[in-house]
Amino acid sequence: MSSASARGSVVRFVLVRLAATVVLLLAVSFVVFSLLHLTPGDPARNLLGPKPSSPEILASIRAQYHLDDPFFSQYFRWLGGVLHGDFGRSIRSDTPVTELLADRVVVTAQLAFLAFAMTVLVAVPLGIVAAVRAGSTIDRTMSVGAIIGVGAPTYAVGLILLYVFGVSLDLFPVYGSGDGGLDRLWHLVLPAVTLAFGVGALVFKLTRTAVLGELDQDYVAFAVSRGLEPRRVRTMVLRNAFIPVITSLGLVFGFLFGGTILVEVTFALQGIGSLLASSVTFKDIPVVQAITLLTAAVIALTALAVDLIYVGADPRVRARVAR
Amino acid sequence: MKRVSLTPILCAIPLGAVAVCVVGSQWLVPDAKQQDILLGVTPAGTAGHPFGTDQLGRDILQLAIAGARSAVVGPIAIALGSMLIGLLLGTFAGYFGGWVDLTLSKYADLLLALPTTLIALVVAGLVDGGYWVTVLVLVVLFSPTDIRMVRGSVLAQTTRPYIESARVLGLGRFRIMFRHILPNVLPVALATMLLNVAFALVAMSALSFLGLGVGPGEADWGRQLADGRDLLGRNSAAVILPGMLIIVTAAAINLLGDWLQERFERRAAQR
Repeated sequence: MSSASARGSVVRFVLVRLAATVVLLLAVSFVVFSLLHLTPGDPARNLLGPKPSSPEILASIRAQYHLDDPFFSQYFRWLGGVLHGDFGRSIRSDTPVTELLADRVVVTAQLAFLAFAMTVLVAVPLGIVAAVRAGSTIDRTMSVGAIIGVGAPTYAVGLILLYVFGVSLDLFPVYGSGDGGLDRLWHLVLPAVTLAFGVGALVFKLTRTAVLGELDQDYVAFAVSRGLEPRRVRTMVLRNAFIPVITSLGLVFGFLFGGTILVEVTFALQGIGSLLASSVTFKDIPVVQAITLLTAAVIALTALAVDLIYVGADPRVRARVAR
Repeated sequence: MKRVSLTPILCAIPLGAVAVCVVGSQWLVPDAKQQDILLGVTPAGTAGHPFGTDQLGRDILQLAIAGARSAVVGPIAIALGSMLIGLLLGTFAGYFGGWVDLTLSKYADLLLALPTTLIALVVAGLVDGGYWVTVLVLVVLFSPTDIRMVRGSVLAQTTRPYIESARVLGLGRFRIMFRHILPNVLPVALATMLLNVAFALVAMSALSFLGLGVGPGEADWGRQLADGRDLLGRNSAAVILPGMLIIVTAAAINLLGDWLQERFERRAAQR
């Protein structure tokens, strides 16, 4: 196959993947919009919230939200607004949802990035060490730790960390997101450790499996028997093992973004996760719709980015795509 | 190998204790939910209250013992329900292949990509469903891993000679699937189910920590953690005890499931 047609196939793969992401997000947006109508009770009354209602007020809400229009025309009207960054008004605070989210997204994104950085810097090296020393005491201890870590509940771990480092040792602030800058970072350390704990355990396991699988390959035995320096063999192994690790890391980032709910509630952080939890309880449907759609978009886009990086990084995948 | 057989014994001790609490809580701690507002919060070590009391004057230890039931029963139901779906759909996908497999696998992929806590929170929260609706939502969200696992195991079986001979004998497809393949898949399914109980336990208490699934006055570990969050400075045992109970129970089930899975896989590999 000529390289030009191979490149054409890669471009086609990228386009198909992009189109699939758009279709997926449209489907998600449809489900998210339906939430308003799937929630038990009259949508108008749900949108009114706890304010006193009268037939006139309900009628005006019905008119304002076009609730008497056919379902699909309501959906397209809503979708049009969403594409212009308009998610409607929050029922609870009576402010535009977009305004409400603007500050909070920053906190959640910072938390997710910090936890992600910790995962990369700690879990991946430990996974490599465990695989290289497979079967040793260090490996066994860390692997048992990972089994516990994968299953450990974020909120319980968070509260215990909060007790030990926040209350008992008084090293870290107990509540809130701080005043920005370094103070913000300081407030996010414990939450990020909590978030990174479970995900880190998962990444550790994946890294260990990937490196072990690579060490098992014939080319390693061949390289060793050829008398190659151990260091060079190790570089070869790591370069190949990193491909599945990168994939998992990409997926982990999307997962972290959605997984911040519990950590934010535990540490009373003003992010979108804690906003979602309280909005669900309050039945603040426009806010719930906006956050669900936003999270889905972040997850779908990271998955897309991972696939593209994958094609870029692994010639074997490129060849498979090009077929 | 002596080291290996230590795991189930070490795991059985905490799990046995939890099981006793689940079955016998109404006799062990008949008035766990008894409030004593005048008493209020007391620290651990108070006479008669080894782990102290919470805002409503409820005994932390008794409440934790009583809370074992709602923490464990739902997750077991979730693991059973999702495995039933998994065994049925996974066997179909693995045995029939073709478009059945494609459809079911795509469905599983789609569900798998969803963040469980978020979906369960939004769906169960907006529907206002209470405990068993939450269980139902989690059954659906847990089923894709089971479908995939069963599908893989069934696929591995279909190439075996005994299936070939069953086909040659002219046995019906459903007979082959459920009488011949299924028994060989069950051991791995059992181990997966155990791991699912642990994940469901964590997910379920996460939801009750967020205020879903169990009512405000009920005894439940997640609920107890949420209530205890404000007590960190005054009676930290209100957080530590239910927190450790969730962590230890989940870890014990996980380790046991992992141990079982490895054993079954090794046995399957030896054959």
